[in-house]
Amino acid sequence: MILVELRKLLSRPRTWVTIGLLDALPTLVAVLLAVTDLAPRPGTGPAFLSAVLSDGTLFPLAALGIVLPLFLPIAVAIQAGESIAGEAQGGTLRYLLVRPVGRTRLLVAKLVGVIAFVVLAVLVVAGTAYITGSLLLGDQPLATTSVSGSALSSAEVAQRSALAIGYVMLSMLGVAAVALFLSTVTDTPLSAALGALALLIASTLLLTLDAADALAPYLPTRYWLAFVDLFRDPIFWRDVIRGVLQQGAYVLVFLGAAWANFATKDITS
Amino acid sequence: MITTSGLTKRFGPIVAVDGIDLRVDEGDIYGFLGANGSGKTTTVRMILGLVLATSGAVELLGQAMPKAASRVLPQVGALVEGPAAYGHLSGRVNLALLDAAGASGDRRTRRRRIGEVLEQVGLADVGRRPVRAYSLGMRQRLGLAAALLRTPRLLVLDEPTNGLDPQGIREIRELLLELHRRGSTIFLSSHLLAEVEQMCTRVGVLDRGRLALQQELAVLRAPTGRTVVRTPDVDAAQAILDGRSERVGDRLLVRGADPAALNAELVRAGVRVAELGPERRSLEDVVLAATEPAGTGGR
Repeated sequence: MILVELRKLLSRPRTWVTIGLLDALPTLVAVLLAVTDLAPRPGTGPAFLSAVLSDGTLFPLAALGIVLPLFLPIAVAIQAGESIAGEAQGGTLRYLLVRPVGRTRLLVAKLVGVIAFVVLAVLVVAGTAYITGSLLLGDQPLATTSVSGSALSSAEVAQRSALAIGYVMLSMLGVAAVALFLSTVTDTPLSAALGALALLIASTLLLTLDAADALAPYLPTRYWLAFVDLFRDPIFWRDVIRGVLQQGAYVLVFLGAAWANFATKDITS
Repeated sequence: MITTSGLTKRFGPIVAVDGIDLRVDEGDIYGFLGANGSGKTTTVRMILGLVLATSGAVELLGQAMPKAASRVLPQVGALVEGPAAYGHLSGRVNLALLDAAGASGDRRTRRRRIGEVLEQVGLADVGRRPVRAYSLGMRQRLGLAAALLRTPRLLVLDEPTNGLDPQGIREIRELLLELHRRGSTIFLSSHLLAEVEQMCTRVGVLDRGRLALQQELAVLRAPTGRTVVRTPDVDAAQAILDGRSERVGDRLLVRGADPAALNAELVRAGVRVAELGPERRSLEDVVLAATEPAGTGGR
């Protein structure tokens, strides 16, 4: 079932359209930066964007910083919201279940499909950004400076970029699990996706509120930008580790809820 | 093949299916009749483990559902409430994906099996076109092809001829009869009496969630013991039959008569007989009688 799910994911035109759109924004930013030569001043704008005019190889990180707050979670929420509800809406869910595909198995296959989508999307964004960055933006082979100000060798930068890319992928798991859970609740993919997005927007809003400080560690977007910490010298692990644990907890709780709901649900679609 | 006992499903306060005891034996073509909203589809879904019963039990191929779903369902082909497929993929790829999704589809024989079922349902020429471009009838055939893919012992078909033209209905009927000859048991849910009357060996009638009737079709359609006579000389015939007959329109219904003897009697008396034969009830009469409010009132 997992292979079938991956095949469906890759054969669906929408997968590629979504990834293409996701990729368009950072590419547009790269082109604009290259044409105008106007980078945001250090400390303003998305992470790493100020540095890319001198070193284009940092652009993959800047690109992830650009899509992370909104574009990527939207794409993930839509994809995961689709998973069960989309099959229900199309009527194919009942045929899968009488094929028979076990309900737990189907749920796991769907989660794997969403993870594959996240990995694919992040890799495409990072890959395209690396190419556009190298071609259009600065190519001074100057030693890159870490966020803390010390110099990083290019090997270190590559290693930490890989870690950061992995961390961004992980950050999306929470959204994916929430949307997957909602997808087992409703038969309309759109409501599932919007439900998950509502949670993210609420989370982003609460994070700006001092009064909600006590909630902060539990909010799903709290540690998203912690991938920047991987470029401190030495690496500042605390938030990164908390982020990983938190996303893991989200996956456990919501996948459990999805399973509890779906395993005994009457399929009337 | 299918046995349910006291099968009941409540959706909130609504009782959709109320304590039904179905029995479908190996080799049956079972016609499951009922008006829209009588609970047919819910029953089919419970049999297949999609909807969980509120109370009562389902046995499919001798094993309890939904517990034995993974063992039993591979031997069952199903069409539930219309076909469904991924529109951007071809019919062929759809069948391949569905076959690969479960455990029991042998990968080595997959291409051959898909070719065969597409041929059987008359889609061999369009199998490579995306399903999006299929007509309703073609989708219905594709759904049927999916049900046939693993030569199931039992076919559970919900309105299988929906959306087909008369020619298509005939083709599908012949296909089902052929499958039945080769040993498949068929459970056919339908609201089309004619379809059921032409194919089925056994009939169950569902009325507002209750099983109003379950019987061999041959028994239901057995002669009623009366003879129908059509004659231009109605008055003469009635005079001869002397109170044994009842006039309905241009026909006479004669009680307790042997058709051959009756014919001889009438002809000997000079009555011209246009048509004469034993009276049989149509399935429609049977179903209407079983589902009439007065008929179910006493239960």
